[in-house]
Amino acid sequence: MALIGLILIPFLGGLACWQGERWGERVPRWIALGSMLLVLLVALGLWWQGDYRLVAAAEPGSLPWAVEWRAAWIPRFGIEVHLALDGLSLVLVALTAWLGVLAVLCSWHEIRRRVGFFHLNLLWILVGVVGVFLAVDLFLFFVFWEMMLVPMYFLIALWGHSSATGRTRIGAATKFFIYTQASGLLMLVSILGLVFAHRAATGDVTFSYAALRGTPLSDALAMWLMLGFFLAFAVKLPVVPLHGWLPDAHAQAPTAGSVDLAGILLKTGAYGLLRFALPLFPDASQAIAPLAMGLGLVGIFYGALLACGQQDIKRFIAYTSISHMGFVLIGIYAGTALALQGVVALMVAHAFSTSALFILSGQLHERLHTRDLREMGGLWGRLGSLPGFMLCFVVASLGMPGTLNFVGEFLILFGSFPVAPWVVAIASAGLVLAAVYSLLLMQRVHHGPPRGEGRSTDLDRREYAMLLGLLALVLGLGLYPQPLLDTAGAALHELPRLLGNAMTLGSP
Amino acid sequence: MTLTGTHLVALLPLIVVCATAIAVMLGIAWRRHHAGTALATAAGLVAALVALVSLGPRLPLVVPLLVVDGLAAFAGVTILLATLVCVALAYGYLASYPGPREEFYLLLACAAAGGMVLAASRHLATLFIGLELLSMPLYGLLAYAFLERRSLEAGLKYFILSAAATAFLLFGMALLYAQSGHLDLAGVAAALGARPAPWGLAGLGLLLVGLGFKLSLVPFHLWTPDVYEGAPGPATAFLASASKVAVFVVLLRLVLATPAAQDAGLRGLLTVLALAGMLVGNLLALRQSNLKRLLGYSSIAHFGYLLAALVVGDGLATEASGVYLFAYVVTTLSAFGVVTLLSSPYGGGDVAALPHYRGLFWRRPWLAAVLTLSLLSLAGIPFTAGFIAKFYVIALGVEAGRWWLVGGIVVGSAIGLYYYLRAMVALYLVEPGMRRHDVPGDWGTRAGGVVVLGLAALVVLLGVYPAPLIAWAQTVARLTPG
Repeated sequence: MALIGLILIPFLGGLACWQGERWGERVPRWIALGSMLLVLLVALGLWWQGDYRLVAAAEPGSLPWAVEWRAAWIPRFGIEVHLALDGLSLVLVALTAWLGVLAVLCSWHEIRRRVGFFHLNLLWILVGVVGVFLAVDLFLFFVFWEMMLVPMYFLIALWGHSSATGRTRIGAATKFFIYTQASGLLMLVSILGLVFAHRAATGDVTFSYAALRGTPLSDALAMWLMLGFFLAFAVKLPVVPLHGWLPDAHAQAPTAGSVDLAGILLKTGAYGLLRFALPLFPDASQAIAPLAMGLGLVGIFYGALLACGQQDIKRFIAYTSISHMGFVLIGIYAGTALALQGVVALMVAHAFSTSALFILSGQLHERLHTRDLREMGGLWGRLGSLPGFMLCFVVASLGMPGTLNFVGEFLILFGSFPVAPWVVAIASAGLVLAAVYSLLLMQRVHHGPPRGEGRSTDLDRREYAMLLGLLALVLGLGLYPQPLLDTAGAALHELPRLLGNAMTLGSP
Repeated sequence: MTLTGTHLVALLPLIVVCATAIAVMLGIAWRRHHAGTALATAAGLVAALVALVSLGPRLPLVVPLLVVDGLAAFAGVTILLATLVCVALAYGYLASYPGPREEFYLLLACAAAGGMVLAASRHLATLFIGLELLSMPLYGLLAYAFLERRSLEAGLKYFILSAAATAFLLFGMALLYAQSGHLDLAGVAAALGARPAPWGLAGLGLLLVGLGFKLSLVPFHLWTPDVYEGAPGPATAFLASASKVAVFVVLLRLVLATPAAQDAGLRGLLTVLALAGMLVGNLLALRQSNLKRLLGYSSIAHFGYLLAALVVGDGLATEASGVYLFAYVVTTLSAFGVVTLLSSPYGGGDVAALPHYRGLFWRRPWLAAVLTLSLLSLAGIPFTAGFIAKFYVIALGVEAGRWWLVGGIVVGSAIGLYYYLRAMVALYLVEPGMRRHDVPGDWGTRAGGVVVLGLAALVVLLGVYPAPLIAWAQTVARLTPG
């Protein structure tokens, strides 16, 4: 029941926000905040109650869900409303709820028009994302996967910024939607292909994840079907040739939209690879692993190099996301237990540090009314504690030891080395570039000759609390990541065996 | 052959619709009364619907020249429902129409009867009569606001091209008769066999041309945008929903019943038509700034998707067509419903240019929500009926291994998103100081408003819980021989 609650709370909360606007502008904000806090509480409650380490001891081949909820939906095709939670989903759901709280908080002053409808969209994005993390029926998964696009589209198209260079917010939103929907349809075709292959083998039609996992497939068919899944997730992640939507969508979205996009929507891509693409097609995935890791490498360097050349601070951060996701992709396809733990850690770390950077650039925009790096500079000492926070998160983003980002990158590189030493060697060079672009960002915003006079307002209590909370998490989990790794790691113990990389090193 | 009681029962829904048309005609001759006419038409249609639904357990029933099987009953119910919606929309639309208003309902009832005959035909004669009985009133409906140049143009255009298509159809029938010596569909199919002679194939092809015109399949689609744009709202709604259902059902019946239609060449031709429809419809819609034209092009694309069901043409095809047609009809009616409500009462020309819709959400949130839902459903986004329909068609294509068609559907949908989103986002954009066309404040409690809200609710309901619709479509497939 708790799982249904995780989905229903933001759904109903969104409706209440929309209708609550008639009682004042503040009502939707508080309703949205309350429902996101409630989701967070439920997620933490699930964490508190369940023991996610225990299930690692279950016999191989079974799917040890900690919590499960199912009901028939479309019996004609064996489709069920089947929600299930294990450590990996739990970490990501809790992350979603936490970033949802931040997204509501960071739009407290930014969004002034049509507040109710804004929060409806914000909460419904989270409905879709939570649904994606919980669904273990492939049809249901697809439904949520597509459903989260519509509110995100509205968020970018209606509350976004149009930049002066002719990039409109509607154009960015449409691009985002078409990229994701078109690749999503390919995934639907793959899902159906898998279902009919399963029917040919066993005689029953089902979309159940557990049933479809063991479908016998010919090599060629498995490869095609896997490519359908891979494309959909690669667009979301994004993997480099398919990343065209990301900089525009990030730059044009309102702060809350960027936080959701960078923090959780990108994670749905990695989650999809971990949950569906690899376990459903282990051999085909193994076959394209070198290609995927190569694309990851391209992403690391491409993102880092392009970030250095950006003039818009949000585009800058967007490109650094591409670079970070390159590491995630390498870790996923290396497929060792250690690398996969690193993937989870880096996903969480990236969500914290990047959303903090987007929140900071939103706050800069509120104070300076520009996102152009050329008009910033010399802000250190004129913005109260904002530059200090920015330094912390920039340093986290470049992977300084002591932060969770370091844990993630280190585990990925360390875990991938036995499988792909050359890839790791080259990827390590990307860390240098990360340091370059991070410090470049810091330098261009806060140092150099000042462009204006006087001090801007300091952070207020709300902004201070948001950033402090994020910083505490980045440092806390960075210094003691074991709870995170324990929770998510157990859910991934099956993957290395499937991929033939059974390494004892560091397995939980 | 004598008519028995069973025959009468089978024909009862049709008889009720025809009687309604005659009663309305006599009523108009006696005394003009707008509300009364609309009410009488609606009552007649509801009675026919009840008669049709109560046939349920006794299907299929065979009458000379007609067969009331699962498909015919499905088409009948859909056509009657669509006509009822059009009556409700027309009532508000014509409220202040300067010319005679009552004849609109007479024409609607006649066209509905034609559609029912067409969908139930099992003989080339009834096929022809049904098609003409459906088309003739449509000329009148499309040109109903004949003082408006565009409406007259729409009517004339449809009339002339329709006459040309009829000529093709008749020629095709003549060829089939010459080849087989039969006029009933079963006889024709049996005589043609699995490998028909060239003249038989040519006859089938010409039949396809004639019907393809009505469905605006791609090489025969040129009339669609102009007619959609020019015709009065309720008439367009009828053309886009009920008339297409009737024609598609008869085409499906032809393909399913004729072994010759399984011919590889004919299949290839249908595949090409389907792909052309998906691509051309979606590509031409990209730059449209008129909502009715846009919906016209979108219908071309949708019948491209639907043709995929014909290409596959085995057991699941009937079921998939049923689900797709019903979802499409509900969605299209709610989209045209919003257009009609915004253009009501008639004030010369419909409000269809996209700029008129700017910021509608902030003035009339529910009405804009209805249009948003219809557009999302047309685009095939989950939790709408359109998604279930698209899922069915893709599933059909994947199951049969028709990868070209599947690819076409994916590409077409991706292109289509662009214009659906463009139309949708316009509803939410605010332009200060603009207060253009609006509906009366109490639109939600009037007949048209209630119907449109109901349709939108149905779009969501079928998207969230499609099991009843699927069960119905399965029954239809089971009750349809062939």
